[in-house]
Amino acid sequence: MMQINDPILTVDRVSKRFDVSAPWLNRVLEGKPRLLVNAVNEVSFTIARGSCFSIVGESGCGKSTVARLVTGLYATSGGDIRFGRGAEGRPVRVQMIFQDPHSSLNPRWRIGDIIAEPIREMKLRRDEAETTSRVEELLQTVGLAADDARKFPHEFSGGQRQRISIARALACEPELLVCDEPTSALDVSVQAQILNLMRRLQQELGLTYLFISHDLSVVRHMSDMIAVMYLGRIVEMAPVESLFNQPLHPYSQLLLNTIPDIHAPKRARCVDNGEPPSPLNPPSGCAFHPRCALATDACREAVPPLRDLSDGHKAACLLAG
Amino acid sequence: MMLRQAPAPQDPGSQPVPEGAPALEVDSLTVEFPTRRGLLTAIDDVSIRIAPGEILGVVGESGAGKSITGLAVLGLLEAPGRIAKGEIRVGGRRVDTLSEDELTRVRGREMGAIFQDPLTALNPLFSIGAQLIETIRLHKPMSREAAQQKAVTLLREVGIPAPEDRLKQYPHQFSGGMRQRVVIALALAAEPQLIIADEPTTALDVSIQAQITTLLRRLCDEHRTGIMLVTHDMGVIAETADRVAVMYSGRVVETGRVEDVLHDPQHPYTRGLMAAIPSLHARSGTLAQIDGAMPRLNARPSGCAFHPRCPQAGPRCLRERPQLVPAARSEAACFIQDGGTE
Repeated sequence: MMQINDPILTVDRVSKRFDVSAPWLNRVLEGKPRLLVNAVNEVSFTIARGSCFSIVGESGCGKSTVARLVTGLYATSGGDIRFGRGAEGRPVRVQMIFQDPHSSLNPRWRIGDIIAEPIREMKLRRDEAETTSRVEELLQTVGLAADDARKFPHEFSGGQRQRISIARALACEPELLVCDEPTSALDVSVQAQILNLMRRLQQELGLTYLFISHDLSVVRHMSDMIAVMYLGRIVEMAPVESLFNQPLHPYSQLLLNTIPDIHAPKRARCVDNGEPPSPLNPPSGCAFHPRCALATDACREAVPPLRDLSDGHKAACLLAG
Repeated sequence: MMLRQAPAPQDPGSQPVPEGAPALEVDSLTVEFPTRRGLLTAIDDVSIRIAPGEILGVVGESGAGKSITGLAVLGLLEAPGRIAKGEIRVGGRRVDTLSEDELTRVRGREMGAIFQDPLTALNPLFSIGAQLIETIRLHKPMSREAAQQKAVTLLREVGIPAPEDRLKQYPHQFSGGMRQRVVIALALAAEPQLIIADEPTTALDVSIQAQITTLLRRLCDEHRTGIMLVTHDMGVIAETADRVAVMYSGRVVETGRVEDVLHDPQHPYTRGLMAAIPSLHARSGTLAQIDGAMPRLNARPSGCAFHPRCPQAGPRCLRERPQLVPAARSEAACFIQDGGTE
């Protein structure tokens, strides 16, 4: 593994299995087998302090599961997640920003209470007056007005609600923010506002981001390191420029080749006809082999390891490099 | 979808239709929603033309009125929404004045629809084959066997492997991309002149999205169908459409060939929108952002609806409403191109 001097987060061969079997009685009476889905399979990565690490992939590849494992919303089925040291020697504080700003805010709570909850819960301020002034400060940090604290979530647009989510996440002074598709539900002009805000906050507060997205142009804009996931495994991991200039795994190449490019309309794309296989019944060996033009017999037999091919650029492909 | 008997022989399709008419002509369409709190104008004086074999991308952010435009053409506006002004012609024939019965026959035969979520567009209780055969026989009188043959041909055309076996399967047995292909086959069943595709790839992953847009492009070229592609995604427009109409707050603010509008946007809104999309080629420090948000229907500003967010707005933009005028190689509704903003 690449050495990072001061890692804020180390994810070491983490797996997550979900039991999606039919209920016990059906299994007994109808002889249905137990069904396990390996949503995340021996995923390892490290995030350097102050950087932005992104995970990209299509639906069902396990990227959101990784986010939930890191924040502790799911328990791991195997492997270790280790946090670095945060401010004042305590462990790193982690917070999460969710995709849908409509369902992640309680519609019956005022904005002020939504943002104050973590402050009150963790006793970060001594009294109510200090809490209120902290809430106002947070609202201004994310570009809202201090008197918005009295309003309810329905009074805000999608972009403003995502700002509220960010303010709530910042309330407990976290070092690591896990952002699960934070701009996917937003329009482009609003997305730019939120991405700019996140960038500014990263610089001002020294935040580290674990950024989950399916949008490659957003990921390119935000990240320092990128991991590409396919069917529960990381297939390629590289610094952002290296990945975009020279993708090594055939799946990353396919992704970069098929995304629409507004600066080159109607370019000739080679579109493949495959689809990601079902995680319930993954192909043997390299999960990408049924869609891969270069696949050989060796690819069908063993899962290729993630190898360092050049200067921190890793790919899990037998034929790369 | 309902399972229904074949239609009565008399139908509006027998009227003579002018040769070489555009697939779709929308003339100064205005759509209103009368509510208790007043009249809301969702679409305000929108004109659109689509030639046979052409894909027009209608792009805009949520609330711009792009989906309502598509629904108005299909005659699917939900009450209290109504067409207050304007004309809609499909293949040269007016459709906005048709009765509900006549519309039912025109819809599907003359115009097909593809919606965002392929799961809700298909009936989960009927096999794909039953739904296809019903649609085919509804519009073209033919025997069940002939319709089944046609269904197989259609499925093969939209790129579904082993179509004979797939006919017997139900929607839940198809993946998202395959389901959208079935919906496209349904829209094509009666060989319509016009297809309204409302966010057809939004629910799909990038690699599947590319497959579907490539398919739409091929079918449009082969069948000379006009397609109105409604989307919020400039990338989809860039890859698929011939021309683009950019909508903002119920009006078309810029229209032109895709290359011209994307490379040299004329309206400040289009320019802002293009600059707000992160580039795939270089990493910029800060993205250009348009501050604020699209106005709500009940609080639309006077004059040009974009003026509160426009960096170049002048006093004239608050007073008058700009019309589409030629600007560079496209058309834009902005006073900067039409006599100045003073």
